[in-house]
Amino acid sequence: MSTAVTDMQPGAPPESSRVHYLNANYGIKSWLLTTDHKRIALLYLGSITLMFFVGGAFAVLMRLHLIEPQGALVEPDTYNKLFTMHGVMMIFFFLIPSIPATLGNFLVPMMIGARDLAFPRLNLLSWYVYIVGAIFTLYAAISGGLDTGWTFYTPYSSSFSHTQVVPVALGVFITGFSSILTGLNFVVTIHKMRAPGLTWFRLPLFIWAMYATSIIFILGTPVIAITIFLLGLERLLHIGIFDPAIGGDPILFQHLFWFYSHPAVYIMILPGMGVMSEVVTCFSRKKIFGYSFVAFSSMAIAVISFLVWGHHMFVTGQSIYAGLIFSVLSFLVAIPSAIKVFNWTATLYKGSISYQAPMLYAMGFIGLFTMGGLTGLFLASLATDVHLNGTYFIVAHFHYIMVGGAVMAYLGGIHFWWPKITGRMYPDGWARFAALVIFVGFNLTFFPQFMLGYLGMPRRYAVYPAEFQVLNVVSSAGASILGIGYLIPLIYFIWSMRYGPVAGPNPWGAKGLEWETPSPPPTENFDEIPVVTEEAYDYANPHTGVARG
Amino acid sequence: MADAAVHNAHPPGFAHQFEDMEQQREAGTLGMWVFLVTEIMFFGGLFACYAVYRALHLQAFELGSRLLDVRFGAANTAVLIASSLTMALAIHSAQTGKRKSVVMFYLALTMILGAAFLGIKFTFEWRHDFLEHLVPGFGFEVRPEWGAVGHHVPMFFCFYFFMTGLHALHMIIGIGILTVLTIMASRGRFNEQYYAPLEVTGLYWHFVDIVWIFLFPLLYLIGGHYAMGGGH
Repeated sequence: MSTAVTDMQPGAPPESSRVHYLNANYGIKSWLLTTDHKRIALLYLGSITLMFFVGGAFAVLMRLHLIEPQGALVEPDTYNKLFTMHGVMMIFFFLIPSIPATLGNFLVPMMIGARDLAFPRLNLLSWYVYIVGAIFTLYAAISGGLDTGWTFYTPYSSSFSHTQVVPVALGVFITGFSSILTGLNFVVTIHKMRAPGLTWFRLPLFIWAMYATSIIFILGTPVIAITIFLLGLERLLHIGIFDPAIGGDPILFQHLFWFYSHPAVYIMILPGMGVMSEVVTCFSRKKIFGYSFVAFSSMAIAVISFLVWGHHMFVTGQSIYAGLIFSVLSFLVAIPSAIKVFNWTATLYKGSISYQAPMLYAMGFIGLFTMGGLTGLFLASLATDVHLNGTYFIVAHFHYIMVGGAVMAYLGGIHFWWPKITGRMYPDGWARFAALVIFVGFNLTFFPQFMLGYLGMPRRYAVYPAEFQVLNVVSSAGASILGIGYLIPLIYFIWSMRYGPVAGPNPWGAKGLEWETPSPPPTENFDEIPVVTEEAYDYANPHTGVARG
Repeated sequence: MADAAVHNAHPPGFAHQFEDMEQQREAGTLGMWVFLVTEIMFFGGLFACYAVYRALHLQAFELGSRLLDVRFGAANTAVLIASSLTMALAIHSAQTGKRKSVVMFYLALTMILGAAFLGIKFTFEWRHDFLEHLVPGFGFEVRPEWGAVGHHVPMFFCFYFFMTGLHALHMIIGIGILTVLTIMASRGRFNEQYYAPLEVTGLYWHFVDIVWIFLFPLLYLIGGHYAMGGGH
């Protein structure tokens, strides 16, 4: 991202000579040694975009392979590696850092009126930690890959797989610490560095979402770290605590794994919900409906998410009573999610709605996330889960949450704050077109998978009975549309960095401290720390809500 | 609050993103507490596994516990508690504006005690375990006299080495940080106003100490109870 906008177009406003965080200094060192949260956000943006397209390439190969019932492209062993590497890349190296490490890093200090995060050097360290983890995983990908599934289940991963378990485990272990550092930094920053007048209940809901996400980072990530560490030791020393030969229980691995990895789902979706609250209010010109409900539902999700992991293990031999309790708790966690959907919808009611690109993504999110959430209830019910577990229904369900939800929100957020990040606008027509292409491509890819799963097609198989071919071809066709949909923004975003019209400080007329400062912002964000005098999203009040001096 | 004069004055050790020293100190302390929460979860995963397996393999865990030499563990407990005292004294002497040699003395003493802990652990205890063939993965021998539960005893030793090893790693990191602090102290960086790095490191050091306070009974003492005629 170091090629970001540096020179301005002829005829640009006199603002072009202004010093901001992108032109404050130049050269590769000024980026690699930066402690500016905004530059670190861009470093992350570049890295996770790369990982997104690497992970996407694995998905493309998978969908190509599944065009024919006997498999069109690769050996079954290779297919196992494709879906594993797709999962590892997308979950640990794209979705988990996606919104927190890019938009979160960029916006948390700006939204609360601070000059930077509390620990800027830790922030930079977190990016380097992420890169080291990514290098281990990319090395594993090119030196043979991994075939255990992204879940690393023992004893297959610890004793039987002949693939690169240790490098990937190490990569995931290391990258976990970048999440921990980000979460720690956000919690301290949000607690200690809010601008005067910015009380907890005046905070933008994006900040609440980041806070809730950080809590999961802090409480969950260390558990996956120790679990993966133990797995790696077991693999290396051929003795360890999941080894049945000395009385170990491989199911315990699953408990520990899901203790983190279910909350990790909320790491992926909570930040997206935060973006939603910002975008929906801005483009309907209304205060959020039920601020405190939305804020507390983030916290409720963060807490309850730690109590539902057993719903991944209904059919792995946990006690039926544990299953019952986990089922009830899983239904409970749907409530705060539903509250949010209702509140965004209620915010739209009688709003002055406009359909710019970020809003199209937000609308897509509401629909797709609702479908993903409701199908989750099928899986949280013990009896239906027995039928649907391990089928494409699961695959469709979590892609509706993670792609239909998290990625749509991520893209919506990038489109919303791009003018703030780069100071430039992207072509609005193309952006709306891409949003539609992604929505159509997504549904065409994954809706057939609900049907396939219901009909009984198991996931993770390289071949399938001929009767499933039509739906698989539809899904693959949708995937190619989706792939093109993701490439369009990549192209116009890069274009806009140089040729996009100058955006000005607040192109959307949005509320929030980040819009009170020029675009791109100066290195220290604010010339003087603002004093906040109003609630969040007070769109009824045309004034800025910030006292100067 | 947005006092430009304070912001531009840059007292030693002051970072630009904060409004004043007080905010910086509070942020640093909160940061360490949050970090310790992650540490609790990190060790917590191991403790949870220990609890599960102890319930599953009670006799094997008692047997394994009795194979450890409680004298080493007890000596190390004493050493570690003493090091927490010297750490607290180092902070206190900086806080009350004592000469830098006093601060350095207590920091050095803390490091020596930490090193003594590691010395006892590695050169006496782990060597002893290795010679007794009690190290899983490195020539562990299941002895016939352990009976039917014997093949589960390596599980206890997996926990013993993972937990004490992870703890020792934290000690090594702590000694590294103390080295940096001693150098900072020798340059006269600390005074009554600025001692946050000492305070924050103290939190970390005491935490590592507390982890040991849990490890000692869980690993060394828990089998002894049954050896003295209790239990089943």
